[in-house]
Amino acid sequence: MATVTEIRQETPTARTLVFDVPGWPGHLPGQHVDVKLTADDGYSAQRSYSIANGDDGERVELTVQQVGDGEVSPYLTEVLEVGDQIELRGPVGGWFVWRPHSSPPVLLIGGGSGIVPLMAMIRSRGKSDTPFRLLYSLRDPGQLFYARELEKVTAGVEVAYLYTRTAPPDAGRAAGRIRAADLVAYGWPPETSPDVFVCGPTGFVEAAADLLTELGHDPAKIKTERFGPTGG
Amino acid sequence: MENLDYQDGNALAGPLSEIFTLDVTTAHGTCAGCGRRGALAELRVYGPEPGLVARCPGCEEVVLTLVRGPKDAWLDLRGSVSLRIPITE
Repeated sequence: MATVTEIRQETPTARTLVFDVPGWPGHLPGQHVDVKLTADDGYSAQRSYSIANGDDGERVELTVQQVGDGEVSPYLTEVLEVGDQIELRGPVGGWFVWRPHSSPPVLLIGGGSGIVPLMAMIRSRGKSDTPFRLLYSLRDPGQLFYARELEKVTAGVEVAYLYTRTAPPDAGRAAGRIRAADLVAYGWPPETSPDVFVCGPTGFVEAAADLLTELGHDPAKIKTERFGPTGG
Repeated sequence: MENLDYQDGNALAGPLSEIFTLDVTTAHGTCAGCGRRGALAELRVYGPEPGLVARCPGCEEVVLTLVRGPKDAWLDLRGSVSLRIPITE
């Protein structure tokens, strides 16, 4: 069982839950957990959530975006309080992970709450000299997760914000969905053979992965994680 | 418009960890429908109710289904010719 030790509001509809999980074996950035909620009548619902923090003892952080008609996320974003316990299974998933000893440049492309496992990778980068570039697609500035922390990352991590609906006046890019020009301007060229991680809603991931392969990136170097239409 | 109501094979990692001790989502399989090779993590996964249905991203054939009941798990691998499972020391 995992116990909530801290809660941080990221946006009006998303928050980070910090858990203490006795016996946690550690995790790799990009791995996820399955959260299982069981009602008194035995009905249970399960969802996967990416781990947001780097490996840190028995501490596990999840950032959960509320989905309107979701079965699990409203409970996690509105009801759960510090001291409450829930069932976590994990860490699971060995595919969508970045191993800090790998050396090629890293290109992270996140849509909405798809930023979460990518943030775990940034947080795990530490003093590694692997250069990172992050393209973070979000609806408007109010949807930004980890605002203060992303503002502070500098050496070796470049961040570009791709606003899809409303961009701030100083954005330097008209609002709109991710396009090839964004990958050219803010990504790594295919010749540098970056390790690419794309995460977000299914439509976003399909679009970004298609643009990458059209630009000449090797599909074998592109790892993807799709949340489904919205997550849940 | 294309139906985007799916996740990918990463979502199989937890449910399959109940059955296998190794992470099978990194295993490479061959689709019985079109012969495409790829990691289970790359499959298109529909569900979770009544069960998880994983389809080939190349030809949409069903590669794997997993239905979890209260007392057992029912795993059907009919669309997979073989699986190459990485084993680390």
